[in-house]
Amino acid sequence: MATSLPSDLCRAAELVQARELTSVQLTTACLERIAARNEALRAFITVMTDQALADAARADGEIAAGHYRGALHGIPVSIKDLVDVAGTPTTSGSAVAPRHPAHDAPVVRNLRRAGAVIIGKTNLHEFAYGTTSDETAYGAVRHPQDPSRSPGGSSGGAAVSIVEGMAMGALGTDTGGSIRIPSAVCGIVGLKPTHGEISCEEVVPLSTTLDHVGPMARSVRDCAALFFAMRDGEAVPAAAPAKTEPVWLGIPRGYLFEKLDDDVRELFERTRSTLEQAGHAISNVDIPLVERTADVYLHIVLPESAWYHGPLLDAEGGKYSPGVRRRIELGRYVLAEDYLRALHARDALRRHVDNAIKGLDALLLPTLPIGAPPIGANSVRVGPGSEPVRAIMLRLTQLFDITGHPAIALPCGIGKDGFPRSVQLVGHRGGTERLLDVAAALEAQIAGGSGSVGGGVG
Amino acid sequence: MTVEAWLESACADAERRGMPELKPMLETLARALQSLRDADVPFAHPAVHGGSDDAAEAV
Repeated sequence: MATSLPSDLCRAAELVQARELTSVQLTTACLERIAARNEALRAFITVMTDQALADAARADGEIAAGHYRGALHGIPVSIKDLVDVAGTPTTSGSAVAPRHPAHDAPVVRNLRRAGAVIIGKTNLHEFAYGTTSDETAYGAVRHPQDPSRSPGGSSGGAAVSIVEGMAMGALGTDTGGSIRIPSAVCGIVGLKPTHGEISCEEVVPLSTTLDHVGPMARSVRDCAALFFAMRDGEAVPAAAPAKTEPVWLGIPRGYLFEKLDDDVRELFERTRSTLEQAGHAISNVDIPLVERTADVYLHIVLPESAWYHGPLLDAEGGKYSPGVRRRIELGRYVLAEDYLRALHARDALRRHVDNAIKGLDALLLPTLPIGAPPIGANSVRVGPGSEPVRAIMLRLTQLFDITGHPAIALPCGIGKDGFPRSVQLVGHRGGTERLLDVAAALEAQIAGGSGSVGGGVG
Repeated sequence: MTVEAWLESACADAERRGMPELKPMLETLARALQSLRDADVPFAHPAVHGGSDDAAEAV
């Protein structure tokens, strides 16, 4: 019989600390969920059953001996299979020959130092180069609500691992939105910290200028515990949600609001209204040149991905998914002059976002213009028009990978199609902790004030 | 190199390498490239109108 799980990481941590629940029980429950659902959902590429149970038993021994390390001690965490974990292959979701690391990546080392139990490696869009997690050598990742839909990507398996109770926390990566997009599609919380705040060493790069590592979980509080562990090797005690003082928010209307499906638009406006009624100050702000975001993004991500993958393409090009290979090949044609032009433009966009957020606590905007897309779709309807899936899914998130500002995706309700919708809060560069405080203060209002559109499935 | 010349050269190379499927993607990228280059002034490229005299003289 399946063991029941606490609803979220911090609750599990309280029970583990109080010794009302053991890490072995918790880890066993997650492994049971993986055994029951992974064949259908393809969330995990590698399940580390024996090592996870051994680590859980060790954690229980330490806690029993009075050596409790904090909120992640004994907590099962999944790792996107783009990140080195000693003794397991790093497949990157590809048929290309995997890495066989002898050592953990520093971010994994930090998680272990905080006491986390690494339960396995999650499936992803091949080499993190996509938003739908269906181009992978390990089978398309499926949305838990509907196997014909994508859970988003590239950290699709990570998101599913949380929704399905296969792990209590997840490590994802975000180059154009790959933490926030699947978090939005699956109705969980995902944090992209300030650029460079969490180590990307021994993480297979997509674009060294744009890559970020961060947490995904059921709540802001859970993400905060994971964030501190990933950054510092120490999970701060699970704090209670911050008291709700009025916060100052800016909405960057214009380009970022031009292409939204009706449910995203309606739920966003309900969220805004709820926050205003709760006493928060909301104003419109302008981000000059934001309409050039995709042009800048392309001229950075394409050549940088071609740099890393060039030798692999030459040796094993036939093993890549066709779509991923085409995108990487495209990067070989970007001129150095235009790459540097994009890096210069990045500095300007960063200043513009700095200015837009000046005097505010955070920016508020939708995370994703759509709900869960059908697996294999090339385009989706957004309002009156049809949009390419990849471009529309990156549209609202990639700016903050370019500028490096921290951003967190929060569920804001359910669309008429029954799938979650999400808003993101964007904080000051270097202000990830402050952003987490703001997000914790608003989380219940954002989730509770919106509900569902047109009586959709809750 | 102009965007037109770049696109022509890139498409020819893709054809030579047996990857004609890249052509429509190169055309999309060419539009993004034109858009990026057109934004030199608003992005304050140091060597175009609106840039500093020092930067212009250094070229």
